[in-house]
This record gives sequence, C-alpha cells and structure tokens, in this order.
Amino acid sequence: MLTIKLFATFQKGRFEAAQRECPPGTTLGKIVDELGIAREEIGVLLVSGRHAELEHVPATGDTIAIFPLLGGG
Amino acid sequence: MRAEASLREFLTCRAEGDLLPWNAQCEASERFGRSVAEIEAAALGWDLLPGRYRRNRETVSVADQLRLFSSRVGVIGCGGLGGYLIEQLARLGVGTLVLLDPDFFEEHNLNRQLLSSPADLGRAKVDVARERVAAINPAVTVEPHRTAFSRDNGRELLSGCSAVVDGLDNVLVRRELAAVCRDLAVPLVHGAIAGWYGQVAVQLPGADLSRLLRPTSSNGKGVETKLGNPSFTPAVIASLQTAELAKILLGRGKLLADRALFVNLLDMEFDEIRHG
Repeated sequence: MLTIKLFATFQKGRFEAAQRECPPGTTLGKIVDELGIAREEIGVLLVSGRHAELEHVPATGDTIAIFPLLGGG
Repeated sequence: MRAEASLREFLTCRAEGDLLPWNAQCEASERFGRSVAEIEAAALGWDLLPGRYRRNRETVSVADQLRLFSSRVGVIGCGGLGGYLIEQLARLGVGTLVLLDPDFFEEHNLNRQLLSSPADLGRAKVDVARERVAAINPAVTVEPHRTAFSRDNGRELLSGCSAVVDGLDNVLVRRELAAVCRDLAVPLVHGAIAGWYGQVAVQLPGADLSRLLRPTSSNGKGVETKLGNPSFTPAVIASLQTAELAKILLGRGKLLADRALFVNLLDMEFDEIRHG
C-alpha cells in the first residue's frame, strides 16, 4: 500500500491524499502517468521525504508527495 | 583625523538621543563633502542610528544595522519578486544592491510588479529600480546591470556578495544561479511563484538545492504559464525571502536550509518539504 499526496493544482479533479495498491515493480513514472499528471509539470517529487526520480520504485508503506513546478518570478 | 573628529562631533551634537535625523545626515553630507552613505556608515560605527531605522529597533540593533549596511546583496531579476525584494532590502538598510535584469517594463507587468507603472512602460527595469531605491533610501548604493544572468557573467557580477536572492522566472536559469552560488560559496535565497502558489528555500555554502529545481520542462517554465501570477503571491514569497536574507546577513534564527516551504494561498496551507 502506498500513500499518495498531491499538492496545489494537482489536486484539481483528483484528490489531496489517497491510498493506492500497486503491483510490485511499479515506478513513480507509471504512477504519475496513471494519475494523468504531465511529467514536465512536476517540480518536486518526494518518496517518504526524500527526492526521487521517475524511475524509482517505491516500497510498501512509502508516502509519495507530488508538487507542481513553479517557475515564475 | 581632525575631519573625523569634527564629523563625529557634528553628528553627536545633532543626534536626538542616539537617533540621527535625516536632515542632519544630509547636512553632514554637504558640510563634510561625503555621500549620505558614508555619513550613514560613520554614524552607525559611532552607535548612532539613522532616524529612518527607528522602527527596525528590537528586531535590528545598531550593530545589526551596521552589518546590514556593510552587506552587498545580489538581486537576480527585477520583476514580480524582484520589485518587492528591492523595496524591502532598501528599506531594511542593506548597503549595496547588485541588480540584474535584461528586460523593459511591459503592460502585462502592471498587475503585480511593484516597480512598474504606466509612465515607465518601455523603460529598463534596472533603471527604474535604481531610481526607486534613490527615492526611498538614498544611502543605499545600487549597481544596476541590464543583462541576463548566466553562468558566464554570474561569477564576476556576484563575487563579493554577502548573499544572493532569486527573482528569476525560469527554472533552468535558477539551476545556473544555484551552481554559481555554490561555486562562490555565497548563500542563496530561492523563491518561485505560479498562481496562488509559491516556494522558498535557502542554499547555504556546501549545500545544494537544485533538486527542488527539476529540469523537467524544456523551456524552464512551470505551471505559471497556465496559472499566471496575481499581485499578492510575489509580495508574500518575496517577503519570506527577505526575512531569510535578513537572518543570513545577521546570523539569526532558523533558516529554510535543508528544507523548503511550499505555500498554497488558495487553501492557506504552508507545507514544509524536508529534503535530504
């Protein structure tokens, strides 16, 4: 079981936090794609408080946090 | 030395308690042929606080004020964040501001950029910034550079800075800025905005915040291309950045180092991103 937390615009039409069961070997990239989140819009991607890449495979019990990329000034 | 003693006597005589009124600072400047900045440095060194900083008191001591006045801060970008950063740093009393921005004011800046006004459309942002600082705190020295930040010019432009603050509008250029600050071992206060959202973080020498700046978007733009930038978000984020900057310059408080603050003004949530 994974906990997924979405932030800011990513919550729209989705959820703030949800628990998901994923088959073994599921990458963050696949999870993100299935949520319909555009990869180029991701600013910060954390797995249990640590930065992770899309190829990373989270472990049972992990919390995934996904924040949008903010580029303005 | 006699001129020095004479200046000190003049300032002490004109001071009200330990506060030096602005008109006395100006008179001293004329009488002793020194800039108001030089008078300010001398006064602070003699424990006299320019009257304009009276309400900095308790937050900022006279010794702190001298420290701020002796500081040189690089402000990279003079737009949404930059306008508020420059305003607050100048009023705080940071002595030297190195300003970088290649742009000219355009109509679509008017909704949020503090330095923009209809009368200044088409003018270089750094020129308007210089005039604004001269109008609000003439003791602050401004070094304006109408140029875009790059890895090539960054080292030279930012060398000698006590700290650097990010007012850029592009993630890829921010990564370059973070790299130059790491090379120079200069603290960097990062800030970015989009719509109702913003983020702030500090990179101290020896640390690396570039993982907060994922190079996922090929043009370096984020969700602000969809969300735009309203008036209040840059004001909030720039204010948080200025607080971090003040703490860095004064060696006070707990910084947003090894963690970032993600700000959601729509739901009024402040999330701390701890990152290793």
